[in-house]
Amino acid sequence: MPGLKQLAEREELMAGGHRACAGCLPMTAMRQILLTAGKDTVSGCSTGCVEVVTTIYPFTAWRNPFIHSAFENSAATMSGVEAAYRSLRRQGRVDKDINFIAMGGDGGTYDIGLQSLSGAMERGHNMLYICYDNEAYMNTGIQRSSGTPKGTATSTTPAGKVIPGKKEFPKPLTEIMIAHRIPYVAQATPGYPKDLSDKVEKALSIEGPGFMNILAPCTRGWRYPMEESMDIARLAVDTCFWPVFEVEHGSLRVTRKPKDKRPVSEWLERQGRFAHLFKDKNRHIIDEIQEETDRNWEWLLKREELSQA
Amino acid sequence: MKERGWTEIPIGGIIEDAGNAATYETGSWRTYRPIWDSEACIDCLRCWVACPDSSIELADGKIAGIDYDHCKGCGICSFECPVDPKAIQMKLETDVAKK
Amino acid sequence: MRVARRLILTGNDATAEAMRQIDPDVVTCFPITPQTELMHKFAEHVADGDVKTEFVLVESEHSAMSAAVGAAAAGARAMTATSANGLALMWEIVYIAASYRLPIVMPVVNRALSGPINIHCDHSDTMGCRDTGWIQLYSENAQEVYDNILQAVRIAEHPDVLLPVMVTFDGFILSHTAEILEGLEDAEARNWIGNYEAKYSLLNTDDPVTFGPLDLQDYYFEHKRQEIEGMWHAPTVIREIGRAYGELSGRPYDLFEAYRLEDAELAVVALGSTCGTTKVVVDELRDQGTKAGLLKIRSFRPFPEAEIAEALGNAKAIGVLDRSVSFGAPGGPVHKEIKAALYGTGREIGIVNYIYGLGGRDMSMDNIKTAFAGLEKVAREGTPDDNIRFLGLRGEGGV
Repeated sequence: MPGLKQLAEREELMAGGHRACAGCLPMTAMRQILLTAGKDTVSGCSTGCVEVVTTIYPFTAWRNPFIHSAFENSAATMSGVEAAYRSLRRQGRVDKDINFIAMGGDGGTYDIGLQSLSGAMERGHNMLYICYDNEAYMNTGIQRSSGTPKGTATSTTPAGKVIPGKKEFPKPLTEIMIAHRIPYVAQATPGYPKDLSDKVEKALSIEGPGFMNILAPCTRGWRYPMEESMDIARLAVDTCFWPVFEVEHGSLRVTRKPKDKRPVSEWLERQGRFAHLFKDKNRHIIDEIQEETDRNWEWLLKREELSQA
Repeated sequence: MKERGWTEIPIGGIIEDAGNAATYETGSWRTYRPIWDSEACIDCLRCWVACPDSSIELADGKIAGIDYDHCKGCGICSFECPVDPKAIQMKLETDVAKK
Repeated sequence: MRVARRLILTGNDATAEAMRQIDPDVVTCFPITPQTELMHKFAEHVADGDVKTEFVLVESEHSAMSAAVGAAAAGARAMTATSANGLALMWEIVYIAASYRLPIVMPVVNRALSGPINIHCDHSDTMGCRDTGWIQLYSENAQEVYDNILQAVRIAEHPDVLLPVMVTFDGFILSHTAEILEGLEDAEARNWIGNYEAKYSLLNTDDPVTFGPLDLQDYYFEHKRQEIEGMWHAPTVIREIGRAYGELSGRPYDLFEAYRLEDAELAVVALGSTCGTTKVVVDELRDQGTKAGLLKIRSFRPFPEAEIAEALGNAKAIGVLDRSVSFGAPGGPVHKEIKAALYGTGREIGIVNYIYGLGGRDMSMDNIKTAFAGLEKVAREGTPDDNIRFLGLRGEGGV
């Protein structure tokens, strides 16, 4: 598994000059993914921030083959690419090993692309799907998705006088993908690059479909100073709000356990989208988020224990 | 870039020149400029792996400079720098320009 | 002398037979009536190892077209097939396939679009996507289904065209009715189809390209103009390939067929299986001394307007049969095109639009005779006020 020094010797496949916002961590994630996967990788992305900022015609930031088609079909599109590869390879018309990585934001994955993702994973294509989860529809202007945390103020769930932001807890997408019983599922974040890179490498090395859910903070949508992107990502892990773990052939392993588990309020208070939660009348929501976070974390540790038993 | 007519471009919206975004400069977006101190730098690569704009330049696996054509001045590199004082300092572009 | 390979096949089976011979690299599929049996048959070919196709059984038509786009962008010869609501679900990606210039071939078994839901034939599905950038070839019978599919691959992949092709045929009427037809020998068909080398492939990692960029005000227009150019080249290419196919099979094809039209005073314009019935009616009327004729459109997209206007040259009255509706428009889609084609020719021809067969309503010889009978008056008096008529409809306005 590559460390930073090994990654630094690899080819930079994401060109500068893309039009992402300053401090965009999804773009950091893209770099880390491509550095790990290498040039013999076909990548694809659903409509969304990453697709938009990297491919404004006549420019492309992708130094490897890339395809975008629509919002809800990143997985289906890549499954077609992978099927073509299998067919042409069988016929002797292609002879090299190629990685296939389909991507989408949380909107393109949790919501509109969920069916296409589920289908592609069930069919067993030898591809990796990566969700870069920035917890809302950022490209269209910060609307809530089913991956948006409870209590978040978004453009469609504003912190109002009566309703204090999004009412629901996020859909447990990673769990849904684990339930697909595919060979590899993981959560990661570019805030911990080696952990992310190791998982991409492992996912690509395993035959069959893989899924990774990557928490990728958005400075504009989350409303924190742009230089703090990596730190915000790490704090999500250190509060156990976003545990990083992997499920390899059914066996669950938590890849990073915080020595000093921080209260989730430390993560929330750094972000403007949660500012309203710190008013007295809304503080109960922070408690609820803490309880949910603790429950999820304990359940994760129990399952890890069961996996090792 | 000269805008081309419909007979002069590949069909289907294909972009043939992979990575040509590098010819598009985003450096002018910057308000703060990262200034790298090669003496203070310990080559931990934390700035490099965190940069969203592929703008920390490497040579032989070590930090070699900053690509000001593309750096948007987000300051992640400086924030991530573990050295005290930091080997990358953010300076206002207007201040740098005055010097 | 050529010995014909005689087959008895339904339209669906004829499609599967053509697909077996094409042996596409990738076929994506989601079932919908009345397309289903087509894919059952092809699935048997896959299961028996008759083809080298990677058969991708997706979870929706949207994904069927998406995966076909991915496969074609990876340099594969890709096909899928659908009907009605399935076509409607893939709508968004139908446009994308054409705009990415991917030569996908898709048989569409015509079926009425919901709602209320109906599984039988009309043309509302394919007529709805006549402006998506796909070439559309309509078929009269199982023989034409088979022949059109074999030609469609060559048309789509022609470097002057590079547009996807829909081969349409009437649900149940053609898809589920067995007919005698002639097939090419496998070696002939393989030779006819040839190999396909895509100019761009995602699998070429040494020469990487980007498909599907964000194309804004500064270049989208130019890309659309290129797409129009491909469609403008299509009539010539369709004709060339139709001629060459005729040399191979003895069955030449053109953009449309003029049946006893040259001196026809009463002309019906139609497409699909109704053309077969109309030919019988035309023969009967001719026997009775009426100068009746048929213009059968094969290529609705591209629409060969100048040639069609010329072919209708001697008609005094034209009845345009539409098996779909264009709500709020002055008549059905075929009717509008025929009127547009005749505009500016300086000829005053009475034109009546007959909407018929919606939701699989039977189109009998009597219905077609009614249409021709109506045309006699139109020939004398010109286009009437009630120029949009409903053939076979019960109640007021039905004829």
